[in-house]
Amino acid sequence: MRYHTPSSFEDAARLAAQAQGLTRFLAGGTDVLVQMRAGMVQPDDLIDLKKIPGVGDITRTDEGGWRIGVAVPGAALSAHDALRAEWPGVVEGMDLVGSVQIQGRATLTGNLCNGSPAADSVPGLVAAGATVEITGPEGTRTAPVAEIPAGPGKTSLQAGEVISAILLPPRGAHGGDAYLRFIPRTEMDIAVVGCAVNLRLSGDTVAEAQVALGAVAPVIRLVPEAAEAIIGTTLDEAALQALDAAARAACSPIDDKRGTVAFRTEVAGVLARRAALIAYGRAKGDTA
Amino acid sequence: MAKDEFKEFRLVGTRPDRPDGLDKVTGRARYGADISAPGMLWGAVVRSPHAHARIVSIDTSRAEALEGVKAVVTRADFPTGLTGEDWDLQENTMAGERALYDGHAVAAVAATSKLRAEEAARLIDVTYEVLPHVIDVDDAIKPDAPVIREGAADATVPEGMPPNVVRYMEFGHGNVEAGFAEADLVREGHYKTEATHQGYIEPHACLGQLGGDGKGEMWVCTQGQWFIRKMCAGVLGLDAAQLRVTPSEIGGGFGGKTTIFMEPLSLALSRKAGGKPVKIVMTRSEVLRATGPTASASMDVRIGMKKDGTLTAARAEFRMQGGAFPGSPVDMALYCAFAPYKLDHVAHVGYDVLANRPKCAAYRAPGSPMGAFAVESLIDEMCRELGLDPMEVRLKNAVREGDRASYGPKFASIGLVETLEATRAHPNLAEPLGPNQGRGVASGYWFNHNGETSVSLAISEDGTAQVSIGTPDIGGSRASIALMTAETLGIPYEDVRVNVVETGALGVNEPTHGSRATFASGKAAVLAAGQAITEMCRRAAAEWGIEPEAVEWVDGAAQPAGPNAGKFPPMSIAEIAGKMGETGGPISGHHESVPEGVGASFGCHVVDVEVDPETGRVTILRYLVVQDAGRAIHPAYVEGQYQGGAAQGIGWALNEAYIYDDKGRLQNPVFLDYRVPVASDLPMIDTVIVEVPNPGHPYGVRGVGETGITPPLPAIANAIQDATGARLRALPMNPPAVLAALKAARGA
Repeated sequence: MRYHTPSSFEDAARLAAQAQGLTRFLAGGTDVLVQMRAGMVQPDDLIDLKKIPGVGDITRTDEGGWRIGVAVPGAALSAHDALRAEWPGVVEGMDLVGSVQIQGRATLTGNLCNGSPAADSVPGLVAAGATVEITGPEGTRTAPVAEIPAGPGKTSLQAGEVISAILLPPRGAHGGDAYLRFIPRTEMDIAVVGCAVNLRLSGDTVAEAQVALGAVAPVIRLVPEAAEAIIGTTLDEAALQALDAAARAACSPIDDKRGTVAFRTEVAGVLARRAALIAYGRAKGDTA
Repeated sequence: MAKDEFKEFRLVGTRPDRPDGLDKVTGRARYGADISAPGMLWGAVVRSPHAHARIVSIDTSRAEALEGVKAVVTRADFPTGLTGEDWDLQENTMAGERALYDGHAVAAVAATSKLRAEEAARLIDVTYEVLPHVIDVDDAIKPDAPVIREGAADATVPEGMPPNVVRYMEFGHGNVEAGFAEADLVREGHYKTEATHQGYIEPHACLGQLGGDGKGEMWVCTQGQWFIRKMCAGVLGLDAAQLRVTPSEIGGGFGGKTTIFMEPLSLALSRKAGGKPVKIVMTRSEVLRATGPTASASMDVRIGMKKDGTLTAARAEFRMQGGAFPGSPVDMALYCAFAPYKLDHVAHVGYDVLANRPKCAAYRAPGSPMGAFAVESLIDEMCRELGLDPMEVRLKNAVREGDRASYGPKFASIGLVETLEATRAHPNLAEPLGPNQGRGVASGYWFNHNGETSVSLAISEDGTAQVSIGTPDIGGSRASIALMTAETLGIPYEDVRVNVVETGALGVNEPTHGSRATFASGKAAVLAAGQAITEMCRRAAAEWGIEPEAVEWVDGAAQPAGPNAGKFPPMSIAEIAGKMGETGGPISGHHESVPEGVGASFGCHVVDVEVDPETGRVTILRYLVVQDAGRAIHPAYVEGQYQGGAAQGIGWALNEAYIYDDKGRLQNPVFLDYRVPVASDLPMIDTVIVEVPNPGHPYGVRGVGETGITPPLPAIANAIQDATGARLRALPMNPPAVLAALKAARGA
């Protein structure tokens, strides 16, 4: 195995493009190193991104959104007051990943690129309309986070492409987001179902909404029907029931050791309602 | 010692720091995997990926050709002709003609590094012919189930039983049909529990060395070094005395480290590698797939109750699979099932059944939690139906000293009534409950155990004392034995060092199991200290020129027993010890026996839960453990045992389970998916130590390790019904199961 420490994303992309065998990018390493130790992955080239300047920074973009470096650990997101105030749902999703120790290393980008349908930080990014900046042999492009997952353990990134930052849009006024997951325990577990809701109010009425579901399909899924169920409503009981039904209808989960099809489907509707209420409250100014 | 005698103790009942505490918090303590030796090799084990398969061939040539590989062993390297439990252990250590469960060892390799050994293991080519398999106990007992082993049934099994039934039992007293006829309400229930693992933090690890001369050494993480010695010697055909086994510190056992798994493999590899020591450390996946979880159970219980709550008769029929070998704890489950109740008419039937799962090992009160789940659930259901208070019904029917136990013998001194009364008086029972919240109560029982015990004590030249015990310290027993020894000798706690010693240093000791260490090693240490005291009094008497009988031992010194004995100032232990060389040589004490006077222990738990009606998620709001300790030598460790038992029981009740796919492969062999409770899942568990001293122990000890895992299973089921109206009769009561039960209850 060859271990590389490029000093720019262009170099990282070049190394990846030239690599012949199995390549892995290393940021926090909380997936890659564990998979290597367990014998699941034996990369020929391991490209460590942490030496690239700026990968540990959270910065305000010119548009008023956020640029989050690929090596920013979860703990740094949670400690960033301004980011947390604007995108509490994104931050709480990442905060659910792993233990305190893992939070010191694990990154949003790594959680996204691991390709798990149950990744806790991804539904919040998808619902927020986040994009990724991708550096590749052909230069730099951006793509919605929602387009990166391509099935369990897979991404849509091409050979030689590397995510160089995650970009959150400007929060704007009267917006709120939330992420909830279901696990049988209180921590240290993998989502049986996850749901993020991001919305914007006009008065008491939901003007815009995005609903994303995790662990109920091969990829984390944006559910426009669920968003439509609450747009134009005040999240009254009828709207919540419609949201519940739309979320359930979007599910195509599997039976496995972590949950059943029937359970995941039912709980997806429950979490959608609960997350929507929290997001609504936050849009109204709740700080919890 | 009379039961009601109250005595003030100087040390017993205090809470000093544990002697092994500093080493453990600083990381200095040496656990199984911390032991290494010069020239050491690493072992790795090849395991069956099939639940049941004929081993057609094993080709080790590619592994043997790999640089750094020093030995490969298969079953062909083990002696033949073993019978009984020795054969079972050998077959479980290394598969013979067939692999009997997912994870069953089929070959092992030793190489110069861990990575090299793992690589070599991947190069061993095993050809399997996959056979039909069976996982569930009710499927395994069907007449047409795949047969795990022809001729495995023992003499207890009547003709015509299904082939996987290997042991059968019936016992009881009275006439249950007459008893049921006296009842106002007779109810029957069917209950199931899943297999669970002890979940100790430390995986199995050993370093074994065996030469061509049949002499060997082993350093190993175990609850019982003599069991390791006996079992390894049996499996490998060695003389037991030629194998010297030293236990490491132990990161949890709960019964699962009272037997052997990969230990004989390290010795067999070492012998084949010219006597180089071989270290084997299991991964968590190996621990879950291939060590000894507990049994799964299918149970039918029938109980008769009068309108006032009096029990008139009870019958239990339990079926348990303990893996591909005989030995499920169905007998223990039946013995414990009705133990808290005075019953004139009781009947028990049990089936020990084989299935394609790992060989079960002991797990904290083996069998008792399953039996309690069935019986305590049904009693709760009947109390609800009759509108009776479950605490009052338990008190009304509680066994007392002299009562005949449901499993036969008469109870000696027991503290069930005191335990139930202390429970009833606890403030948790007065806490108000909100919507979707409920309260459940259940009792539990464990016999406790004595076992072969050998302890030596030696007085040092400065008057301090060392105690050599053979029971590894899992739960603070070095502290409790040091307290009792110091109390007896009349010296400070800090002046006693308790060492857990290797097999060469003492007579045979059973493992730390059956909640016996503080009872049995503790009693032996006290008796050994008594011998040393007698000798020290004799030395003082000789110096004073009076009769030894005229000397008594008070506060760590010999003194004349009364004015007629003579006027001499007390002679301290340090003074006597300082001149032991001139007064007759070393001063020591020794005791070995199977100590009489075991004291059984009852407990009662009360749990408050909240159930999320939309997801079925159960949150433990409050949890109370009340249990009779006899006497708590070190109350902090007694409380720790109560809390630990409750925590494991809560995990068993709610989420833990062995999950198999349709090929019989274990789906959750990691802690991410084998869901033991995490710390934030549980509230601080409240404890009440009831003390009804055991007259069979010098300080009244009963043993506290096991009873605490028994009541949580039914207590939580009872609380869920209280909260929701839904009754769950199968474990685990995980969110999908609870949600389904809620929907069924709402539909009904």
